[in-house]
Amino acid sequence: MDFVSLLIGWLSDAAHWAGSDGVPVRVLEHLEYTVISLLIAVVIGFPLGALVGHTGRGGLLLVGAANGLRALPTLGVLTIVVLLAGIGVVPAIAGLVLLAVPPVMAGTYAGIRAVEPIIVDAARGVGMREWKVLASVEVPNAMPLIFGGVRSAALQVVATATVAAYVGLGGLGRYVFDGLAIRDYAQVASGALVVAVLAVVVDLVFIGLQRLVVSPGLAPAKSGKASA
Amino acid sequence: MTWVLDHLGLLAELTGTHVYLSLVPLVLGLVLAVPLGWLASRSRFARATLLSVSSLLYTIPSLALIVILPGILGTRIIDPLNVIIPLTIYTVALLVRSIADALSSVPANVVAAATAIGYRPLRRFLGVEFPLAVPVIVAGLRVAAVSNISLVSVGALIGISGYGALFTDGFPIGFMTEVVVGVLATLVLALVVDAALLLIGRLLTPWTRAGR
Amino acid sequence: MIEFQAVTKRFDDGTVAVDELNLSVDPGRITVFVGPSGCGKTTSLRMVNRMIDASSGTILVDGKDIRQSDPPLLRRGIGYVIQQAGLFPHRTVLDNVATVPLLSGWDRRKARSRAAELLEIVGLPSELGKRYPAQLSGGQQQRVGVARALAVDPPVLLMDEPFSAVDPVVREGLQDELLRLQDELDKTIVFVTHDIDEAIKLGDKVAVFRTGGKLAQYDKPSELLARPADDFVASFVGRDRGYRALGFLSADGLPVGELASVVLGTPVDQARAALRQGWAVVVDERKHPVGWVSADRLSTVDGLVTEDVLLSGGSLYDVDSGSLRSALDSALSSPSALGVAVDGTGALVGSVTADEVLRALASARDAGEVPQ
Repeated sequence: MDFVSLLIGWLSDAAHWAGSDGVPVRVLEHLEYTVISLLIAVVIGFPLGALVGHTGRGGLLLVGAANGLRALPTLGVLTIVVLLAGIGVVPAIAGLVLLAVPPVMAGTYAGIRAVEPIIVDAARGVGMREWKVLASVEVPNAMPLIFGGVRSAALQVVATATVAAYVGLGGLGRYVFDGLAIRDYAQVASGALVVAVLAVVVDLVFIGLQRLVVSPGLAPAKSGKASA
Repeated sequence: MTWVLDHLGLLAELTGTHVYLSLVPLVLGLVLAVPLGWLASRSRFARATLLSVSSLLYTIPSLALIVILPGILGTRIIDPLNVIIPLTIYTVALLVRSIADALSSVPANVVAAATAIGYRPLRRFLGVEFPLAVPVIVAGLRVAAVSNISLVSVGALIGISGYGALFTDGFPIGFMTEVVVGVLATLVLALVVDAALLLIGRLLTPWTRAGR
Repeated sequence: MIEFQAVTKRFDDGTVAVDELNLSVDPGRITVFVGPSGCGKTTSLRMVNRMIDASSGTILVDGKDIRQSDPPLLRRGIGYVIQQAGLFPHRTVLDNVATVPLLSGWDRRKARSRAAELLEIVGLPSELGKRYPAQLSGGQQQRVGVARALAVDPPVLLMDEPFSAVDPVVREGLQDELLRLQDELDKTIVFVTHDIDEAIKLGDKVAVFRTGGKLAQYDKPSELLARPADDFVASFVGRDRGYRALGFLSADGLPVGELASVVLGTPVDQARAALRQGWAVVVDERKHPVGWVSADRLSTVDGLVTEDVLLSGGSLYDVDSGSLRSALDSALSSPSALGVAVDGTGALVGSVTADEVLRALASARDAGEVPQ
């Protein structure tokens, strides 16, 4: 049987779409882990990145930490967290958060540092207080890069949540590991395909959100270059 | 520490595999990305197409790609190609954009000057445009190298070893030392390779430090 | 209005940006700070709204020591215009202009209608309000920057090299526009530039700074040109100083002579008869000069005097508002050596010569209007 019919065979079997091990339940689980970890990562990473970006203090430390954390092997991190805290959803999610914080933090930091100094100067010059400079000028102008950071964190979490099935988490990774254990390649490949599709969909959702959140004034100018 | 000393042979072997599995894709990726990046810097259509395809491929989680490939290529599930190919794809996806941007940002007057003194296009690319793009390419390579080194471990889940084997060995028996050694070894390797690339980049571009 | 008393700014690395500055800015006037880079002119400006705090000394705005004000509140009461305008790229033009009213607690509707009013004052069409800054030209952005600074009608305006990033033609337009606005608004303006010509054009008074943050001279532009305090000021004010000083001498009483003229479309033989010393100026039906004809030129053509046979003319001297400089330039740039004098409407009045301008200069010297 060739690969495509193998996938179609597995995916069209109604039994794989029902119950606690069905695709819809696994997709929802996967999304749940993703959303929770991402929210926590944003709550931690965004203020840190914004604060360091605004004050300029601790920037080297932050970039160094973010790069160091990026070099961490995800599987190793998950394994350590679970060995320390025991098998369960909470430790696994803690591992996901640890891996999602660096891109959020680094993106926010880079975005705020990249706001033109002249604009920040103008914001202070018209009489904004520091928190207002950050909230009304720096953050909105940094939005494209902040969003880029959150977006790559989301992809990181979707991918790592799959790996996390190895240390006992539910979600779509279950198909891969359970399939490998019983040498059912159709299940392995179908699970992988669903994860791939989910990742692409999540990415598209973020692209859409970005259009809504980023001011149209920040898009590269297309028209309206009027004469003086 | 005693565990490390008792297993130096194993660690050396895993280091070899890990380096092989992460750096072969880096080199392959670079070789593929240069012509693709050049193409993307020359045509708006090629750029749009290549960048969308790159970013789509980059989106696909590594584990998913690793286990799907045997189905597509007909390889055995523990074939090292199943790791080498996805990492090559990620490297290309990362580098195409930086190379395209780097080539487009070579100052037009430099290119014009090269043409004016008689360079033909291929010679001009190799002699002028590509060298000027090297700093950006090296920056892209450093990101790709660190990411590859960290991703290779995932291969252990389907039995393709590297430092990842230390995780899949240590986890079932709850042996923390082995796992921690694996994580540290990965970090050290990433650091060493990153420093090496940084050094190579400096040696290749002496002019970036001139006149400071 | 603004008073610097022994103000010094020393940065953390030890460089002295401003050294013991004592200077008083006249209310309702434009005061220009000018000097080479590193002379402390921008630092001095930015100390007024506490973007930078002085290391020692006192700055009074409207008699009040600014150290006693909360910096954000102080800044809301002082207009601030910077290089490249510094507009907020994520906000529309209208919202950019409404920034300070909103910060000061106005309600949104009132702030927006004030912003719309300001766009009109600075000469921008109201439909630009909906655009984003990136969609405007450099000159338009700069006008929006001025509108934003004027939004709550502050008595003081600080302008930090506001026109340096636009091309020379647009810059000249913006300078004229600023002078026109100032005629109506009578703000106390402190304007920083590195361009001495801009300083002389805009300033009621000009403060020349030298490297190291020392005030070299603080005077009216005409005095600066006529009596530079030292070699530094003389060389900074630049070449053609004597010639440019003529720009501050009124040409009242400069004799205007007769000038042969023919109307465009006159038959060539009649035009030949009208020449005086081989030259005549050609005017259109509104009597505006359009060029010259000479005996030489007319000897080679027949028929009517058309645009094709004209020699292009030099600059024009306006008898109502012109200075000795514009009178002299009109004579020097004219192909016939006769400067063309026009009235305020641009209609031909007569001629001036370089000799007469120099005689007028000599009598101005005798009368003590010009230092000897």
